[in-house]
Amino acid sequence: MADLRNDFVGIKSPNPFWLASAPPTDKAYNVERAFRAGWGGVVWKTLGEEGPPVVNVNGPRYGAIWGNDRRLLGLNNIELITDRDLQRNLQEIKQVKMNWPDRAMVVSIMVPCEEESWKAILPLVEETGADGIELNFGCPHGMSERGMGSAVGQVPEYIEMVVRWCKQYSRMPVITKLTPNITDIRYPARAAKRGGTDAVSLINTISSIVSVDLDNFAPVPTIDGRGSHGGYCGPAVKPIALNMVAEIARDPETFGLPISGIGGVTTWRDAAEFLALGAGNVQVCTAAMTYGFKIVEEMITGLANWMDEKGYGRLDDFAGRAVRNVTDWQYLNLNYVTKAKINQDLCIQCGRCHIACEDTSHQAITREKDGKRHFEVMDNECVGCNLCVNVCPVEDCITMETLEPGMLDERTGKVVEAAYANWTTHPNNPMRKPAMGDTAVVEPAE
Amino acid sequence: MTHGLPKDGIASGRLAPERYRENFSDLHAPLTKHEAFVEADRCYFCFDAPCMNACPTTIDIPLFIRQIGTDNPLGAAETIFTQNILGGMCARVCPTEQLCEEACVREAAEGKPVKIGLLQRYATDVAMSEDVQFFARAPQTGKRIAVVGAGPAGLAAAHRLALYGHDVTILDAREKPGGLNEYGIASYKTTNGFAQAEVDYVTAIGGITIHNDQALGRDFSLAELADNYDAVFLGMGLGGVNALRAEGEDAEGVHDAVDFIAELRQASDLSALPIGRRVVVIGGGMTAIDAGVQARLLGAEEVTIVYRRGKEMMNASLYEQDLAAAKGVTIRHWLAPRRVLTNPRGAVTGIELEYTSLVEGKLTGTGEFTVIAADQVFKAIGQTLEADRAGGLALEGGKIQVDAEGRTSMPKVWAGGDCASGGEDLTVEAVAQGRDAAESINRALTVAILTPLVLEGALVNG
Repeated sequence: MADLRNDFVGIKSPNPFWLASAPPTDKAYNVERAFRAGWGGVVWKTLGEEGPPVVNVNGPRYGAIWGNDRRLLGLNNIELITDRDLQRNLQEIKQVKMNWPDRAMVVSIMVPCEEESWKAILPLVEETGADGIELNFGCPHGMSERGMGSAVGQVPEYIEMVVRWCKQYSRMPVITKLTPNITDIRYPARAAKRGGTDAVSLINTISSIVSVDLDNFAPVPTIDGRGSHGGYCGPAVKPIALNMVAEIARDPETFGLPISGIGGVTTWRDAAEFLALGAGNVQVCTAAMTYGFKIVEEMITGLANWMDEKGYGRLDDFAGRAVRNVTDWQYLNLNYVTKAKINQDLCIQCGRCHIACEDTSHQAITREKDGKRHFEVMDNECVGCNLCVNVCPVEDCITMETLEPGMLDERTGKVVEAAYANWTTHPNNPMRKPAMGDTAVVEPAE
Repeated sequence: MTHGLPKDGIASGRLAPERYRENFSDLHAPLTKHEAFVEADRCYFCFDAPCMNACPTTIDIPLFIRQIGTDNPLGAAETIFTQNILGGMCARVCPTEQLCEEACVREAAEGKPVKIGLLQRYATDVAMSEDVQFFARAPQTGKRIAVVGAGPAGLAAAHRLALYGHDVTILDAREKPGGLNEYGIASYKTTNGFAQAEVDYVTAIGGITIHNDQALGRDFSLAELADNYDAVFLGMGLGGVNALRAEGEDAEGVHDAVDFIAELRQASDLSALPIGRRVVVIGGGMTAIDAGVQARLLGAEEVTIVYRRGKEMMNASLYEQDLAAAKGVTIRHWLAPRRVLTNPRGAVTGIELEYTSLVEGKLTGTGEFTVIAADQVFKAIGQTLEADRAGGLALEGGKIQVDAEGRTSMPKVWAGGDCASGGEDLTVEAVAQGRDAAESINRALTVAILTPLVLEGALVNG
């Protein structure tokens, strides 16, 4: 069976599944239960500075969007960092780490953007025997209004500065948690790296209003008639997280910087995708909050079985394998031509491919043949966009078939070229860069 | 009597009192809101949906299901009622497994169609329980139309005609309106007085007057109607019952299944309704199933449905046949009734049947006989148009001949539903025919009004 042991910036855990800093890791009771269930590590819910504890709302803290069967697709929260006493948290962290020496214990921290504040808390955390710290520069609600959380994460200079303090005043590995509420994730990642961070983790939650109560005209969750934006997470945010992880993994400035992947990880497959895109491990929250800690069993066995099937003995055997295949649009091969093909034996005649193509795309799918309901792709109209595949309710009923070099693309009337040719060399591109001495630039299909 | 030996002969009170309510409650529990959401989510919202095209009234099924799924049941109900004002009853009695649900692409894909009938019931129940009306009459035209029969065809025609501003008078032979919805459908398919509630819902549009106990050929003639009204729609169904043509069929204990079903529907106390210990039902349609199943539910010990042809030739759907089997009814095929056996007192003791087979496509007796013991025999071998009802109209296959719009051989007279030619005598077909005949009547009457105006306009412009 595949070896799932994980070494993330020197922090060892029996598997790559950590619980993210969030309500499930707020106290020893929960974390003990999580470790018993099999989680490889936790990031303890964010500690604030010494003093009167944080206050949370006493009304609802969560909002959600659901599928029709109430399957939770996205969750939004307005809970703040831990509202428990700092000393009590520190004692519990120390005790749990002693009880579970093989599990990763990382402590999330958020204190004001002042050197003294960080200098004060770091030794206290270090004393617990924790394996590392995670800097919460991500929370988009509540704490950000006080100049912490995402208010720091949105200013690369602050990130760099705080990371530097942490490296200066602590021997522990530093993981910098990034907010997605920015325009380009590479800037904060680069700043963290300049400050000396050991790793980044992302994404934190996305600023969101999850829905509006149409009876009271207030955002959900509603506190006494009013609502505030919260942080969005769960399966719905995974695509955003994957892209941000990939952006950092392939950025020349941050290439090789360890990444802890977070955002909608719900199954082993989600985890495998994050690892393939360059994450060293994953952190999970919403899935656990939806189903309880037991889901880690599915994640562990699912990942191990897939690795066995593929012949990957260790996580490193496939980690980062997808990074090299993420590129910019301009480098995509314009000589690669595909056509949709509908398997008439699998087709159940719903006609969704036709209407999607007819109403919203390229009018490339028939609706009848010889007076009978019949859906078939017209190769002379099909641009290969894949929309029909995505709306078809039957798996593998519509497939994208690649036209081999030498074959005729009936839509363009051109023969498919074997050579790779992208936008940078395309004749329609006013900024094109013809190859040196090459007068016969390969002309792509379109 | 829940224990001990069942009472011989035909007797009432075969069951403990509470069992009657249990046995005759809703066959399918209605969907809860969450169940409706989940089921609605299964619909693929097909293009030019096969289910819609399989529906005789062409309800836009994908649209109403999407409306249910987005918590808009009233919008869904309006979508349904626009095409089929009796969508509530059709949701209960339609053989959906051979109409919309058979055509559902998920039937093809996985053998589990979207539960269209139950979803339709969900939406129509919401609208009807809140008494939301979606249609307002056009200004009155002054045209008067007579509708004969307050069954599905007549009600659908009346509603559409009233919508266009015409005044409708419905004449119905029975004590209560509703036709087969009230008298001809098994109790467990339409509980809690739904048929009457639906009549009230349909007639709430206004402009519709119903006169009960008024039978064509008895209380008035077709010629009178044609003289006194601008148009006539005939939707009186089939009043006659086919004869068994078996010796002794006049014996006490031999009944028409339609009468039994009607009596059961109208009974205020089911435990007072007598039923045989051993019951034989002759026939292969929905009526045979409804009678057989209800005989079992009333406590008959043995119920056998006997059909003279094979299983696949039965008019009753496979679903209905399975339902009967599940209720403990035995269905036997290739047996034709020849003689009703009686004891010296004249009471039925059994029925003698001849085995049949198809010889060169023709049903033929084999000369082999068998006897099934019975205290009671129900005839469910089809209904006919009573000849005197047709009033001189041209017939086709024993029914009133109509064209695609429901026009009969007589000017000003339209017909639809079971009494008219064509179709399989389904409730939903009757609704479609009544509705479409009403459209045809409206066109005819509107042309009559408009023609002089058009001519006038032509003169002015000329």
